Amino acid sequence: MYLVGAICLALCTIMIMPLVMSVLASLKPTAEAAATPPTYFPHGLSFDSYQRLWDYQLGLPTYVGNSLGTALLTILLTLGLTVPAAYALARFPVPFKEVIFVVLLLALIVPYQALLTPMFLMFAKVQLTNSLVGLAIVHTAIQLPFSLYILRNSFAAVPLELEEAAVVDGSSSLQALRYVFLPSTVPAIVTVALFAFITSWNEFLGALVMMSRGNRFTLPLILATSRTETSLGGTDWGMLQAGITISIIPCVLVYLLLQRYYVSGLMSGAVK
Amino acid sequence: MRKGYRGRLVGIVYLAPALVFVLAFTAYPLGQMAWMSLHSWSLLTPPRWVGLANYDRAFGDTQFWVSFVFTLKYTAFITPILIIGGYLIALLVARNDPVRKVTRTVVFIPVVIGLGVSSLLWYWLFSTNFGLINAALMDLGLVDKPVLWLGADADTSNWAIIASVVWKVIGFGMILFVGAIQAVPNDVSEAALVDGASYRQRVTKVIIPLTLRTVLLVTLVSVIGSLLAFDQFYIMTAGQPQNETATSVFYVYLNSFPYLKLGYGAALSMILAAGILIFTVVQLLLTRRSHS
Repeated sequence: MYLVGAICLALCTIMIMPLVMSVLASLKPTAEAAATPPTYFPHGLSFDSYQRLWDYQLGLPTYVGNSLGTALLTILLTLGLTVPAAYALARFPVPFKEVIFVVLLLALIVPYQALLTPMFLMFAKVQLTNSLVGLAIVHTAIQLPFSLYILRNSFAAVPLELEEAAVVDGSSSLQALRYVFLPSTVPAIVTVALFAFITSWNEFLGALVMMSRGNRFTLPLILATSRTETSLGGTDWGMLQAGITISIIPCVLVYLLLQRYYVSGLMSGAVK
Repeated sequence: MRKGYRGRLVGIVYLAPALVFVLAFTAYPLGQMAWMSLHSWSLLTPPRWVGLANYDRAFGDTQFWVSFVFTLKYTAFITPILIIGGYLIALLVARNDPVRKVTRTVVFIPVVIGLGVSSLLWYWLFSTNFGLINAALMDLGLVDKPVLWLGADADTSNWAIIASVVWKVIGFGMILFVGAIQAVPNDVSEAALVDGASYRQRVTKVIIPLTLRTVLLVTLVSVIGSLLAFDQFYIMTAGQPQNETATSVFYVYLNSFPYLKLGYGAALSMILAAGILIFTVVQLLLTRRSHS
């Protein structure tokens, strides 16, 4: 019993250490953050690194704004496309339904990494490169199969009697969606929104390919750039840690608050 | 279920946006990629038909093979660590008491942060003069001078990156294994217990066989993810030394964007997608069987 406790404690320490050390390093005063050999724990606390990050190039608000904007667009686009599609697949006698479902899941078998070059060329023609909408489209394409799968199962699980009652009451299909289906599928919708947010907020390669102008960089992009290009010449380690801390906070918060949805989504998603 | 002609029509209307989206942003790029791969094409000159020349060239391209072999090596090293490590942790924390639940939550935290961001974090930890890993190793007297972890030697870089990615994703396998282990019917493990089976026997004879499908699935997901590795190498080594640590996706990226050899990049993407397809099909077959 104690052995299990000790192993668990050791495991937790190893897993949490890198994050704690990064947060602590972000709070070191400027000189200490650039010291070699590095100190383990800050000798003084300061928000200098956050101040430098706030003012870095076009300023932190631009980059956080780009990341948040893309993530919100991704959530809206993903839900806007998959909620009606899942409804149709679960409850309407659409011809060739199975074929359509397979086509919609196409992205499952083609890695998006391979599609970025043609997508870039296509977007370049229609002014969707260096655009939050363009990047949100890439992120939605990544998330679509998972989201559709989760929602279709959830819509299919809504009891038929509930829908029958709505039909008998003379409600339209849209009213049934609004008053019967959406309230019964809230957990699935939260799961889909949660995964869309995490994917978009964290995604790197698509942003690297689509965004070439600094004013459109997302948070991971500007941080990756800052590891080599700073006003100090070398890497500004304190500022990098401040940026890492800020990138991590929303993910960890959302995970701790919505853990139940996260784990259930993962289980049904990985077993696609 | 809405019936009849009207139901069909309404259903199609609801499906149309998603269908148009997938056709435009997945199917069309896929076709475009196949077409591009048969052309010599840079952004500066118009595309010129070259047939299979791009594919031919890939097979004779040393860097293509270096990237391919390096990616396979990375995948071959990291997969067993992730699966065996994740499974051992899952066995440890599968029961639902507070200590184990907290441990599960903590081990899973790195999974939700971005791979790009975690790579930056480990880029710092492994940094030669500013990183805590070298500082700790020197303070413990394990090394005399700072180790050049990243970008100096391909194998050292590979192992450093593997360590960082294991930290980042081991919780993914763990959480799915915990789910599978908890789904083992109670009467089965109790029967084994009554028969006097030791814990070890219960694990090898009952739990592992009954969770084998999940193990296979997680292995496939891990293998596919590793074969598509990019962020961690781009950020932590930038392919150094001499592109020896450039993975397959990295090499596609280099050809398509900095070098602007779009046709060649597309041919490399096609080869990559075809390779991944084999694993995905096995994965889908496995999951399909579980539903019926």
